[in-house]
Amino acid sequence: MLTLKGKSVFAGITIGPLALFHRNTISTASHTVENPEVEVIRFQKARDESIEQLKGLYDKAVQKVGEEQAAVFEVHQMMLEDDDYVDSVEEKIRNGKINAEAAVDQTAQELADMFRHMEDAYMQARAADVLDISRRVEQQLCGGAGIDFSKYDHVIIAADDLAPSETLQLDTDRILGFVTSSGSTNSHTAILARTLGIAAVVNTGNQLHNDVDGLMAIIDGLTGMVYIDPDEDTLSQMRIKQQEEKACKARLEQVRHVPTVTRDGRVIKLFANIGNPGNLPQVLANDAEGIGLFRSEFLYLENSDYPTEEQQFEAYKKTLEVLEGKTAVIRTLDIGADKQVDYFDLAPEVNPAMGMRAIRICLTRPDLFKTQLRALCRASAFGKLAIMFPMIISVAEVRKAKKILEEVQIELDEKAIAYDKDMEVGIMVETPASAVMSDELAKEVDFFSIGSNDLTQYTLAIDRQQTALDAFFDSHHPAVLRLIQQTIENGHKAGIWVGICGELGADLTLTETFLRMGVDELSVSPPAVLPLREKIRSLDLNKA
Amino acid sequence: MKKFEFTITDPQGIHARPAGLLVKEAKKYESTIQVFKGARKGDLKKIFTVMALGVKQGEAVTVQVEGADEETAAAAIEVFLRENF
Repeated sequence: MLTLKGKSVFAGITIGPLALFHRNTISTASHTVENPEVEVIRFQKARDESIEQLKGLYDKAVQKVGEEQAAVFEVHQMMLEDDDYVDSVEEKIRNGKINAEAAVDQTAQELADMFRHMEDAYMQARAADVLDISRRVEQQLCGGAGIDFSKYDHVIIAADDLAPSETLQLDTDRILGFVTSSGSTNSHTAILARTLGIAAVVNTGNQLHNDVDGLMAIIDGLTGMVYIDPDEDTLSQMRIKQQEEKACKARLEQVRHVPTVTRDGRVIKLFANIGNPGNLPQVLANDAEGIGLFRSEFLYLENSDYPTEEQQFEAYKKTLEVLEGKTAVIRTLDIGADKQVDYFDLAPEVNPAMGMRAIRICLTRPDLFKTQLRALCRASAFGKLAIMFPMIISVAEVRKAKKILEEVQIELDEKAIAYDKDMEVGIMVETPASAVMSDELAKEVDFFSIGSNDLTQYTLAIDRQQTALDAFFDSHHPAVLRLIQQTIENGHKAGIWVGICGELGADLTLTETFLRMGVDELSVSPPAVLPLREKIRSLDLNKA
Repeated sequence: MKKFEFTITDPQGIHARPAGLLVKEAKKYESTIQVFKGARKGDLKKIFTVMALGVKQGEAVTVQVEGADEETAAAAIEVFLRENF
């Protein structure tokens, strides 16, 4: 049995024979030619034929996967029609007196390199498109025989990576799954697998060879594991897991579009945590009742400079529009610790988890903070937005943050710019200090959201990244649970709602404990929403 | 010569497919159409140059149109940008 681990792009389990994806070998070795003009004409002819092919593929793909996915073939046509591409190939043939195959290959490598060096991960993945179109032309130059896609029937495809056009030419109804040794979660294979709901694991880092062709394989998209030629035990275990997975999915469908309420009638707000607007479809697909933690860092992490007020405003506004009236709790900037951004110019720290991060940066650099708060306030006019301050340790900090917010709101009033005057303002309770002081803090804010990950790490003084400390770590440590209980009680005494937005919120073995403590809201990752709703609906708090 | 500035609000920035559509639109006109992002510039009729600019959400680009049909071209490109980006 060969075991591989990669990145899962779709959480499904599939079992079936493996088929190694074969490409015809194309020779792109460079050699000197007598008459470059002959090569230029060969190139032009191969390019024209490739463009014709792409037109045909586009029409077919529109039928099969829709215009959005098929557009890749249209983009490929434009790339082949691009002057820069054509000039580069023809120049290489003429100046270097080399064969067309070599000139196409060199141009492809140069352009692919350009994409690989771009900042954006999506753009980096576009190197695959350049190589794809060039391979098509090279294939034409070598006599035109393409790949026989029809032979891939009811198999798991194994490849280094699949080119965009290759994924679309495969008959995806008859593909059980994909395993690729390279390729990112932004690759076309990944995007297609997600769209079609096919189990796929990418980037295993393990190049497969001919000897695996035809062997039985299992893709566990829940864990990112791939088992090739599995032993009986693994096979039977995974068969059971596959059945459970199917049964579980069917069961969870039952709790879609029903209220999150215990048997004895306690209603819990069940929200989702997200890291960027790209996750919004997941929030809706998993039927979350709102967003309990929107990490606004993505705006800063994905940018090469401070995001403008306008840019932030648009992102928040779009989120609210998608939510159609559901609440979005947006946490203000939480840069620092493990999330570093170059342009912030933060001094290196010995202990960044306890250093200059989150609200500490915002209170040190109020201008930066004000830009975000202005964007948030303006967006609040378009839906139900709540602001949440992270890493609070004292009442004084909350007052300072609220003072800055008030200044922003006064400025907006002066300019008659609309914002939601009833917008809720809350804090993350993620430091032991804030949990201990929660009685006083509760008088300052509209809600508490307990960040259990940091609260656990700071309370136990254990770094979660340090696997060597696992023996000392207890995610259900009574000290943490007591702080949570205390926070909920103090919140309720002051009449505010209290939620949990860390990983503990999704821990089904603690759901009953938290509900008995009186928690009002739970916010978890989108895939955890339905399992949690199922759990809550099974509980009866009247029973001891 | 016509010139205008535009800020990209699409969260995806100018990605492959929209870049393709933009180039297709630009190719309808005879005028030379240049796009500037900071100190960098590119020909709006060339897909690789447009993609290479890596224009992201929140970034401003300047479009400069010069030629016989510059009036119509500039107006059309501006509308196209507003509707798609």
